[in-house]
Amino acid sequence: MIDTLVVPLLKIAVLLNGVLISVTFLVLMERKVIAWAQSRLGPMRVGPYGILQALADPIKLILKEDITPARADRWVFTLAPIMSLVPALVVFAVLPFGFDDFYYISNINVGLLFIVAVTSIGVYGIILGGWASNSKYPLLSSLRASAQLISYEIAVTITLVSVILTSGTLNLVGIVEAQRDGGVWFGFIQPVAFMLVFIGGLAETNRVPFDLPEAETELTGGFHTEYSGMRFSLFFLAEYANIIVISAVVAIMFLGGWLAPFPNVSVFDFLEIIPGWIWLIGKMFVVLYVFIWLRATLPRYRYDQLMNLGWKVLIPIALANLMVTGIVKVVL
Amino acid sequence: MTDALVFYPLAVMIVGLGILVITARSPVHSVLFLVADFLLIAALYITLNAEFLAVIQIMVYAGGIVVLYLFVVMLVNLKRAPEQHADSRRLGVIGMALALVVLVELVAIAYVSSTRNAAPTVARAVQSFPAGVRGGNTEELGWVLYTDYLIPFELASMLLLVAMVGAIVLARRSL
Repeated sequence: MIDTLVVPLLKIAVLLNGVLISVTFLVLMERKVIAWAQSRLGPMRVGPYGILQALADPIKLILKEDITPARADRWVFTLAPIMSLVPALVVFAVLPFGFDDFYYISNINVGLLFIVAVTSIGVYGIILGGWASNSKYPLLSSLRASAQLISYEIAVTITLVSVILTSGTLNLVGIVEAQRDGGVWFGFIQPVAFMLVFIGGLAETNRVPFDLPEAETELTGGFHTEYSGMRFSLFFLAEYANIIVISAVVAIMFLGGWLAPFPNVSVFDFLEIIPGWIWLIGKMFVVLYVFIWLRATLPRYRYDQLMNLGWKVLIPIALANLMVTGIVKVVL
Repeated sequence: MTDALVFYPLAVMIVGLGILVITARSPVHSVLFLVADFLLIAALYITLNAEFLAVIQIMVYAGGIVVLYLFVVMLVNLKRAPEQHADSRRLGVIGMALALVVLVELVAIAYVSSTRNAAPTVARAVQSFPAGVRGGNTEELGWVLYTDYLIPFELASMLLLVAMVGAIVLARRSL
């Protein structure tokens, strides 16, 4: 009873709260890093160095008026933010933060496919949010978003298959174990796959330079133009939770998950004093930082360039990478 | 006993959502009910210990194909009331005939599978596993698919390839 019900519930409570709190601080981190990149200070007023801004923002969002446009489809309009957030949070059920079963909620055999499948549900929130608003710009934005997500999902999924070939398992714990047994992170064996998944992750979370669904200058905000208050913040939470998911997937699949650097070199054994979950979170931070860094650096793609990149560059590279991986696997 | 407790509520919800799919007024609502239906069918697969199939069901149907449905519905029909069919009686007859064909097919499949057991094929394939292959759901499925069912599998892939080429040719007549 305790093992099957109480412990998982406690883990879920801790993990959900952890994710939601880290989202608010991720927003603060983003504002700070971009501010520094642009020689500004960023938020400074709330708390020391503006740290409490992370709490002030959610409070502001909760207190704001929640408006439903007069001719919106009420049910779908309310459902869309929920459909956007729930998949983003469900994925955390299978993310392992360590080898021991203390560090994950559930270790399923098809873990990697589960993540791909559940995140592919998240696109409904965006499409339906834009449609239900009954407004031109959100509709355009949601059409863009759905086309973009479908295109890049194909490239990412094909790429993940080549990583599965390398590790020989779909189980996330197994993938990290394979990296420990091989003595090298998959980021070094599969550098092309690493880049593809990273680029695809940027596109799937609608980040710069692929943030066309939310291009303010063209679409007055994007699919969430008509949303306000708590429902808007649900979209916001979903987006940042997805970014955290992508960073965790990249860290687990390509950066050795909870393994310390140089798992096979005994000189570096002292690094294992630091617990594995801290290594994983540290690696996720590096990936998140690169996400934000790119936003501060790169301009936005044009829509036709985005589609060309997805279909004519990324998918062929992903297929070629898969073939090379297969051939190498057979020959060796 | 617990199987029944899980199965019957799921089955009732699946059928109920199926009815909602065809009775909903707005096509977008129908598509939404269809998504929920597909997710519940995935849950049904999990109760049968077919996790791989369940995840593929979500990925391909709920996450891929229905998104395209939604795309088409949104582009073609923006909140216009559904039109009455011109000749509803004739369409009704065609629908009944199709439903009857499917019903006969289902009964035939149920009858054949109750008399002739398909399990030995799978069991034989699983026994012929090489030592290196672990017995997970995905591995077993892959093994059976690429040994005993290789020819149907290749035929299905060829069919998909032909459909893909055909779609490209239709879309670009000037090739």
